[in-house]
Amino acid sequence: MDTTLILGATSALGGAGLILGVGLSYASKKFHVDIDERIETILDALPGTNCGACGFIGCEDAATAIASCKSGAGTCVAGGQEVADHVASVMGVECAAVAEAKIAALKCGGGRSKVKARFDHSLFDDCAAAHIVAGGPSECGYGCLGYGTCVESCPFDAMEMGEDDLPKINIEKCTGCGVCNQVCPRKLLPMIDLSAPLFVACNSLDKGKEVRSYCSAGCIACKICEKNCGEGSFAVVDNLAVVDYEKFHDCHKEACIEKCPTKCIVANEGVNYVDKKRSVKKAEKKQVGHCALE
Amino acid sequence: MGSVTNYTLLFIGAALVYNIVLIRFFALCSFFGVSNRMSFAVGMSFAVLFVMTVSSAASWVLWNFMLVPLGIGEFLYIPTFILVIASVVQFEEMFIRKYSPTLYQGMGIFLPLITTNCAVLAVATEAVFILRGTSFLKLNIKYSFSFPETIIYTLGVGVGYMMVMVMFTAMRERIDIAPVPKWLKGSAISFITAALMSLAFMGFANLFGL
Repeated sequence: MDTTLILGATSALGGAGLILGVGLSYASKKFHVDIDERIETILDALPGTNCGACGFIGCEDAATAIASCKSGAGTCVAGGQEVADHVASVMGVECAAVAEAKIAALKCGGGRSKVKARFDHSLFDDCAAAHIVAGGPSECGYGCLGYGTCVESCPFDAMEMGEDDLPKINIEKCTGCGVCNQVCPRKLLPMIDLSAPLFVACNSLDKGKEVRSYCSAGCIACKICEKNCGEGSFAVVDNLAVVDYEKFHDCHKEACIEKCPTKCIVANEGVNYVDKKRSVKKAEKKQVGHCALE
Repeated sequence: MGSVTNYTLLFIGAALVYNIVLIRFFALCSFFGVSNRMSFAVGMSFAVLFVMTVSSAASWVLWNFMLVPLGIGEFLYIPTFILVIASVVQFEEMFIRKYSPTLYQGMGIFLPLITTNCAVLAVATEAVFILRGTSFLKLNIKYSFSFPETIIYTLGVGVGYMMVMVMFTAMRERIDIAPVPKWLKGSAISFITAALMSLAFMGFANLFGL
């Protein structure tokens, strides 16, 4: 074995590395830039999934914005109160109100047994692909395609495929980050308030008669909800019932769900988790310290 | 052939005839990645030009004064050059961060990615390949680069890279506001544009007999 060659190679490369290393460490001193050290501390406190629910590009961007007072301590929607408190303590503010906790709600109730198929479902294994080809394999061009692209995308492991090939949301785990809605080609998973009493589980803009012809769970724009759910709380827009949560009162909840002929108005189970999951501190904005936000 | 002519031909050959991006298909990731805004494209081009020149100069020195005399160049040139390139990029990152935070933010992930930019390593190793007489440049077969030639050649490659980056970015900026059919929007039309540009650059083949 040629020892000299090995020694020569090792020492040459090692020497070159050493010289460059020394040069670099000198340069790093010389070109040193002061970075706010709170950014790192905040970054550690954030969930680190880069879900983007806060509206910033990833957790690092959000941390930078918080540290530079461009955003409040309650920026992280996904992290909830716990993270907000932690961030607030780093920033030296006393209490931070998180934005109202949100969860995903599936805007479709028509599983494969309820909707007529137009052609073979097994041709695809991805929602986006199925959506592109001739408007999807089922007669309804608005509803859930049922291949679980959203389930795979969930960064918090809060979704699974449930009965009838519809995704099921685990409310305990859902953080309302909105990633599932972004990947859904039909945007069927809008975020609703955790405390919202109910939601409309249909997305079809077809006329009632057409909806009835292919789906047994869709909104047929019968306007019964407009009459039974309290003044002005429901409106049928483009053949689809839309709730106005501001005007809706909880006392109409049962009647409203009961009266819907196709049962596409669904109770939001998130209501049961409001206290358990995250106590949303509202209207408590005692911000002190150097970073007083609105 | 006079040395000035020789240098000019070397430069033109590196920049146009054997353009690093459009003819030899190196550095395509940054070509598509950073070409959506002119300021970023120019910044990236200067960064690549700088890294390329410094790293191939350093590589030339290391090759001629360390690797060859020790007889270890055959198997150690790639690790050595990567070491050099990584250090230069690291240095450049610190430098840009200090003196142009805007450019630093704009280039984002692409700045550290220059380390793995194949064009930089390709240019650095070409000093080696040319020494072995396997150059793609017909001009330089069985010809070893002298130090000034390495620099001229690298500058040529860097300027060629910058040229196509600027041209491509200008086109992309216009395409963005042009009525492109829906199914061609975004990457698809960019790929087609790049392919047509590459075809056009093939017209430089045999320019001045290069």
